[in-house]
Amino acid sequence: MNKELIQLVDISKSFDGQMVLDELNLSIHENEFVTLLGPSGCGKTTTLRILGGFANPDTGRVVFDGQDITRIPPNKRQLNTVFQKYALFTHMTIAENIAFGLKIKKKTKSYIDDKIRYALKLVNLEGYENRMPDSLSGGQQQRIAIARAIVNEPKVLLLDEPLGALDLKLRQEMQYELIRMKNELGITFVYVTHDQEEALTMSDTIVVMNQGYIQQIGSPESIYNEPENAFVADFIGDSNIIPATMIKDEVVEILGTRFACVDTGFGENKPVDAVIRPEDVMLVEPDAGIIKGVVTHLIFKGVHYEMEVTANGYEWLVHSTTLFPVGKEVGIQVDPFNIQIMNKPESEDEEAVAIDI
Amino acid sequence: MKNAAKKIYIALIVLFLYAPIGTLMVLSFNASKTRAKWGGFSLQWYIALFQNEEILRALFNTLVIALVSSLFATVIGTIACIAMTGMKRQAKSILMGITNIPMLNADIVTGVSLMLLYISLGIRFGMGTILLSHITFNIPYVILSVMPRMKQLNPSTFEAALDLGSSPLNAFFKVVFPDLLPGILSGFLMAFTMSLDDFIITHFTKGVGVDTLSTKIYTEIKKGIKPEMYALSSLIFVIVLTLLILINLSPDKKEKELRYGGKNEKK
Repeated sequence: MNKELIQLVDISKSFDGQMVLDELNLSIHENEFVTLLGPSGCGKTTTLRILGGFANPDTGRVVFDGQDITRIPPNKRQLNTVFQKYALFTHMTIAENIAFGLKIKKKTKSYIDDKIRYALKLVNLEGYENRMPDSLSGGQQQRIAIARAIVNEPKVLLLDEPLGALDLKLRQEMQYELIRMKNELGITFVYVTHDQEEALTMSDTIVVMNQGYIQQIGSPESIYNEPENAFVADFIGDSNIIPATMIKDEVVEILGTRFACVDTGFGENKPVDAVIRPEDVMLVEPDAGIIKGVVTHLIFKGVHYEMEVTANGYEWLVHSTTLFPVGKEVGIQVDPFNIQIMNKPESEDEEAVAIDI
Repeated sequence: MKNAAKKIYIALIVLFLYAPIGTLMVLSFNASKTRAKWGGFSLQWYIALFQNEEILRALFNTLVIALVSSLFATVIGTIACIAMTGMKRQAKSILMGITNIPMLNADIVTGVSLMLLYISLGIRFGMGTILLSHITFNIPYVILSVMPRMKQLNPSTFEAALDLGSSPLNAFFKVVFPDLLPGILSGFLMAFTMSLDDFIITHFTKGVGVDTLSTKIYTEIKKGIKPEMYALSSLIFVIVLTLLILINLSPDKKEKELRYGGKNEKK
């Protein structure tokens, strides 16, 4: 792991008596793509604004490269932000927009011109110097906003839901663009989004947040495959979260039927939650499965069919490329390593918030 | 048929609206001194007008008051808009209501109240009191035309400028001000027109011997209408009309032409 660049230490913040962040601690490393992921109101944007200097934490410190920058105004910070609504200066040309920060730093004209050319090349908008922001599409404007930020050679680029206003196709393209840019520039990206797919695609590290608390920090794979609590499991993709009992190591009883699993160390006969991703539920002939059920719903989703199977009184969400018609009796089978065991939530903060996607 | 009716209708409206002013303007070029008969075209009343020192002084006063008062009102009004944007919703709407009242209030009430205020404070009437009054009634017009611009602002642009290293003051002038400028300009022109136009409030707050054009015309007419006054009134009308056209030629339109004039398409 690279060296630590930013530390947020015990950050708390409330607005009008409502707690938005509660003693948040977070380390961000050099050259890392960190995504703050969570539903609206979870405190992710506030965290970013505290990093950028647009909001002051009530308590706690922001440490940047070993220096306490908690009270340093945004214009004196070595960070640049890409705002949600692009925030381009509409009365200036693209070139003037990009040159804005450099002119303040009193760079020479030739330096600025070089930088503009370089930045436009990086964002694939060469030749747009004399255009006005209003004459560009949303995706182009967002790329200009990125160009305007990176010409200042920040050590960290903060991005506040930059792709939120773009359509799906463009968003996917821009995701690849961002990964490419990050690799070319070799700087740290702190990215805020509520889109779990975006987070999984681009990040080195995902910070899942809810109600002002960090729920889990980890790589996209570990967040997806080993969610630590029901909130994370539910927020990142669809999942079946089923109340279960851990009989002993590597054996779990789900809905009255024993399944083999790979988790250990939960103790014996302990109530737990079992998480099974819908794509990990395998439908087989009724007698070949561990439990039997009946297909109750069927939706075609493009890449796969989404089905609901009622078995042992629970509606299992199943993704499969094979079609099983409604009313058909099926068997359910799950590989041991696809069952993720979680402790029951101990506090309210860990409680899953219902999210319908 | 329907089209012709439409055109006739419009023509009638315009005729009724502008017939009196038209008559006035025609008479201002009348060589004969009586209103009853046309004595041929002449510029003599205009010449007489510009040789009348009292009227020229009144004209000068009017322009100075209009310019200075609208400048002050523009600065104060714009700053007020910025402050109001930062306020909470309720405080903002209360304040907006308060600023709107003077506009709806009858001029005579505003005029008399200002006069009473000056008397009770012991301020001497003169240019100063006219100026103060004009600034007072001009501020709401400025706020009225700057506020909508303010609401359209993307709050992130100011933060973006800070983010790029700009100081707050510099960020305001480089990024926020240009976006407000069309509103500020039309507010200024509106205030200028209102000030130029005002008679009642000026009448109550002016001192002896200080006159603006409107009060001057009023005194002159009391003595009997001279054709010079037709000339003067025509001039005022033309000036105000020009200003109104300027206000309505929205700066946005010009902006857009500038913006898209020099395209260099490349893809």
